[in-house]
Amino acid sequence: MNWDVIVENLPLYLEGAKLTLILAFASLCISFFLAISLAFLRNSENAALRYTVMAYTLVFRGTPLLVQLFLIYFGLAQFSLVRESVLWPWLSSPMVCVIAAFVLNTTAYSTEIFAGGLRHIPVGEIEAARAYGMSGLVQARRILIPAMLTRSLPLYGNEMIMMLHATSLASTVTLLEVTGVARNITLNYYIQFEPYVTAAAIYLVLTFALVSAFQLVQRRWAGYLESRIG
Amino acid sequence: MVADYAAAILSAGSTTLLVAVLSLLVATFLGLTAAFAKLSASAGLRAVAGIYTFVVRGIPDLVIMLLVFYSLPALLNQWIEMLGWDFRVEFSPTAAGIATLGVIFGAYMTETFKTALQNIPRGQIEAAIAYGLTRRRMFTHIILPQLVRLALPGFTNNWLVLAKGTALVSLIGLQDVMFRAKGAAEATAMPFTFYLIAAGFYLAVTLVSMLLLFLVAHRFDVGTRKVLS
Repeated sequence: MNWDVIVENLPLYLEGAKLTLILAFASLCISFFLAISLAFLRNSENAALRYTVMAYTLVFRGTPLLVQLFLIYFGLAQFSLVRESVLWPWLSSPMVCVIAAFVLNTTAYSTEIFAGGLRHIPVGEIEAARAYGMSGLVQARRILIPAMLTRSLPLYGNEMIMMLHATSLASTVTLLEVTGVARNITLNYYIQFEPYVTAAAIYLVLTFALVSAFQLVQRRWAGYLESRIG
Repeated sequence: MVADYAAAILSAGSTTLLVAVLSLLVATFLGLTAAFAKLSASAGLRAVAGIYTFVVRGIPDLVIMLLVFYSLPALLNQWIEMLGWDFRVEFSPTAAGIATLGVIFGAYMTETFKTALQNIPRGQIEAAIAYGLTRRRMFTHIILPQLVRLALPGFTNNWLVLAKGTALVSLIGLQDVMFRAKGAAEATAMPFTFYLIAAGFYLAVTLVSMLLLFLVAHRFDVGTRKVLS
């Protein structure tokens, strides 16, 4: 066994874990706001808007994230228009491509989750808000968005964990997050067992921490829904 | 030229579908076994099934695949060397891919089947026991038909995720749709075109699966009361 190699390279793993968390956190933060807006459009009375959002979520939920990532990172270079544009230094960076792909992907899933939450708000709550004379914006801010988010919490928690795990795909486009670090160590030291097991352990710890934090949030913000069922 | 490469990519669709279907079989078997283990009276079985689902769902699919394809044979070879035997273990990408996807989605299936089993009314099981049905007949006549209906939405979902998850096997060298698309992209400097064709393939699989499973769900919903509409 070569565990001393792992101990020697622990700082690399730490850097990797930091990048993993940054990728997951950045993608989730950006997609959170996009998904809330899109969830309203997904339930809009305007059929054109509704179907456009539906088509977007269908395409991004219906194809593998790996394909989406490769389309953006390798694919865009096919067009000279893109290569010669001022944005090219950005679009050729793996970091930007990875976050763009992750945001597009997780926004599609989150939109459907939030849209589902929005549809399940009891009509009475919305009628009450109208009866109080709230404008559309005030209704959304005070009633709809909080009710939608608390109702979507369990599913959104799953999506967050999915996103955390999806960051491992960033290693396929040269980024050195946890999986990328493990891969590099296997190549540099010709050992196949320890590096990946260490990576797996790190993901387990991160997942466990996220799940625990989420249960606290759930009890704090969505506790009122549970007592009603039980 | 584009047409030739496109044909090569789409002809690998059979490999992708074969991997997906075989993984689904493994996953269904593991899922059913672990679901019964989780609901069993034995604390040992419950713990084993609990650890299985916790560990698998706590690690990214890609890492599990690398563990199965690289780490596991490395570990086995170390043991073989210690025992002084004269051979080496190596997994084929196909076997490793199917095993990995089966194990991963087995964990997701476990939760689906467990919830479905819990939703079968307890009284029906008691009635079956009271009628003196053997365990086997109780399973085939009472549990299974309802399990199919109750687990179908979750099962559908898992299948859709699994079909897309097969794209990962290209990373361990299995010649699936994604692997061929990468080959074509690198050979022609037209990556967008060929990855788009691959994306189209996966989207088609998703749409066809959704349609088929909608029809199956309709069939198994016969006889349930509709509360609304």
